[in-house]
Amino acid sequence: MINKIVQNMAEAMAGIRDDSLVLIGGFGSIGQPNALIEGLIEQGAKDLTVVANNAGVGHNGLARLMEVGRVRKIICSYPRTSDPVVFEELYRAGRIELEVMPQGTMAERMRAAGAGIPAFYTPTSVGTLLAEGKELREFSGRQYVLETALAGDVALIEAWEADRWGNLTYRSSARNFNPVMAMAAKLTIAQAQHIVDLGALDPEKVPTPGIFVQRVVHVPYGEPTVT
Amino acid sequence: MEADGKTDPRAARPPQSGCRPWTRDQIAANAARDIPEGSYVNIGIGIPVLVANHVPAEREVIIHSENGILGMGPEPGPNEINRWLINASKKYVTLRPGGAYMHHADSFAIIRGGHLDLCILGAFQLAENGDFANWSMSPTDMPSVGGAMDLAVGAKQVWVLMDHTTKSGESKLVRRCTYPLTAPGAVTRVYTNLAVLDVTAKGFAVRETAPGLAFEALQKVTDAPLHRAA
Repeated sequence: MINKIVQNMAEAMAGIRDDSLVLIGGFGSIGQPNALIEGLIEQGAKDLTVVANNAGVGHNGLARLMEVGRVRKIICSYPRTSDPVVFEELYRAGRIELEVMPQGTMAERMRAAGAGIPAFYTPTSVGTLLAEGKELREFSGRQYVLETALAGDVALIEAWEADRWGNLTYRSSARNFNPVMAMAAKLTIAQAQHIVDLGALDPEKVPTPGIFVQRVVHVPYGEPTVT
Repeated sequence: MEADGKTDPRAARPPQSGCRPWTRDQIAANAARDIPEGSYVNIGIGIPVLVANHVPAEREVIIHSENGILGMGPEPGPNEINRWLINASKKYVTLRPGGAYMHHADSFAIIRGGHLDLCILGAFQLAENGDFANWSMSPTDMPSVGGAMDLAVGAKQVWVLMDHTTKSGESKLVRRCTYPLTAPGAVTRVYTNLAVLDVTAKGFAVRETAPGLAFEALQKVTDAPLHRAA
């Protein structure tokens, strides 16, 4: 019997190593799996490279992971979001590395990793600083830049519902990067507000099929309080 | 980022006595008025997110938000907040009947794949050749590109909504950008607190000025040469 639902956070975080590349879902703090991030802090892995859209909000979740010194580098599209206090201080002090990339390129690099596509050409960033040093190629008279797939060692996902096979649904705009990251990592761990029986999810409405998910933890935390 | 929807008290003084510059909400309303019925439109952070509040429910303009929303509505009333539903500026919004959610790779397929009729973005600088800059002022400035580069190359039209000058009075409409570009030659129209201008082969063409503002006074606070719309 397949049962991906683990009973506690220690079990969910087992085996995550130092130097891992960790994909963390969310846009601002909506869809950001704060309980899993707390679990990762407790677990202790360090020198992490984190891929997330923003660089943390306030002092919770991703911001907290950076504040306790576990993140060596962050890859994101928009660090200058609301209330990036922790990141800003680390960045000014030269204690964290930042790689900024266009949001769509970031999403597509992870989608490509999950889909077995090693690289792709995109029109985004052509003629800007972010294309410097990258291979350019012309198709039908237009310039494109080569971008490579971005695979994670671990993905931390926030879901709305989950079953024991790891099928996931999401809530409103909290879907964002979560389904893309879930398919792009070797070890995908999801926190879910609701655990449902196998067969209870409408198979026509399953954004993340369970094959992309290795572990599920039940975290019925209620409503997000910040954005 | 500047606070959404408020007139900035530090904004530069009007360039002509008796002139009434548009507020941030009026800039958004001017743009909303000009969006053709039936358009699919992405709105970005800053003044552009306010456009959603100025599209009346009876109009069918479908608003896309990069974080996976198609059919975004205005901000919610106090009793109708969905805490999982935010716009690109991380503010609560609503979903119109017929709206849909999608994940980020699909959201940017919509953006990059040429499916949007229009995107509306903020900017630090806009040049008379359509180049614009909105992600980095200097290497120490914490560069933040978000979805702007994807939008600039993917949408059929790109409009910029911004103040006409910086807080210290420097023109944001320039001959050539000095900040790092978001995309070359992308922008087709700009709505500022002082004017609405098209980006044409000849440069900026003034479509409309704020109440009480003459063409000559507008030119005085604008670095790039202005033309009268044909």
